[in-house]
Amino acid sequence: MTLILGRKKGMTQLFAEDGTATGCTVVEAGPCTVMQLRTQEKNGYSAVQLGFEDVRDKVASKPRRGQAAQVGTAPKRFLREDRLAGDSDLEVGAAITVEAFDCGQLVDVIGTSRGRGFSGTIRRHGFARGPKTHGSRNYRKPGSIGCSAYPSRVFKGKRSSGHFGAKRITTKNLEILRIDTGRNLLFIKGAVPGPRNGFVQVQTAKTGVQKV
Amino acid sequence: MDLIDGIEKELGKSENELPTLRAGCQVDVHYLIREGEKERIQIFSGMVIAVRGRGIRRSMIVRRIVQGEGVERIFPLHSPRVKDIVITRRGDVRRAKLYYLRDRTGKSTRVKEFLGDKARNVRELEKVRRADLAAAQASAAAADTADSGEED
Repeated sequence: MTLILGRKKGMTQLFAEDGTATGCTVVEAGPCTVMQLRTQEKNGYSAVQLGFEDVRDKVASKPRRGQAAQVGTAPKRFLREDRLAGDSDLEVGAAITVEAFDCGQLVDVIGTSRGRGFSGTIRRHGFARGPKTHGSRNYRKPGSIGCSAYPSRVFKGKRSSGHFGAKRITTKNLEILRIDTGRNLLFIKGAVPGPRNGFVQVQTAKTGVQKV
Repeated sequence: MDLIDGIEKELGKSENELPTLRAGCQVDVHYLIREGEKERIQIFSGMVIAVRGRGIRRSMIVRRIVQGEGVERIFPLHSPRVKDIVITRRGDVRRAKLYYLRDRTGKSTRVKEFLGDKARNVRELEKVRRADLAAAQASAAAADTADSGEED
């Protein structure tokens, strides 16, 4: 599995030669630095830790600064691990760029969705609303939340209003339409979770099979 | 410059490939269509009633009357199928979207022509643009033949 960290830059569209337009998201990905290696002996699992986007020394915490100094780079703003089946052949300090991906490859994109605050059931779960008029006093209320004497409680997991968004979301099996190695850009078909300039992880699709 | 704007500028048609369009323009759109295996250019002429979007996502709605029935088509301006857009007449309108034309028929669908010094300037600019484009295409074609000549 290949992982790269990046920032979502926004959406645009690409024209194929036959004139079909495809919506795509531009992600500025990498170059990422390998910050640490997790090994079977030492950590009980194998992984590489990647760092993306330099941060000023003043901003980084002391442990982060120390770790970065060992690697010989600036401290990074965004660190994530790429879990591997066996020990990696990568070395600490190695760079991962968009060249690790191929055009047409399927990827999963992980990001943090836009936070929508405390939202009602209509926005959060897509409940239907009541009638607007004719004496209705049930415009955006959730309605019944269960039975009465039995069970005398509300079942766990009942969908209700509450905090919505700002959650880790994975969008699976998106196609890479274009790669710009000069500017470290990935053009990914369709939408990707999160706001513009939000951090995203792009990795090889876990389940998807590429259409031939 | 915004990254996306920059990318769209690179991927889309160059500035001199597209005319300055406005609602009220009477246009001939040269559109590439497929007929079985063959491709040919079809001309759709009508009035631009809306131009929307920006960058590579820019598109226009062209309206015309075919056999007494209003027909509207949306053209993405940067689509490779839109080969050329010729403005035959510019309208003098006070609105950006002429959706009100949909509710009208006959004489009331007429739009006043954009005339006067300003209109002349716009027409001159359009001529210059076309000349530039022709020159650019000619030099590109020349470069192409030169390239292929070297290969041989």
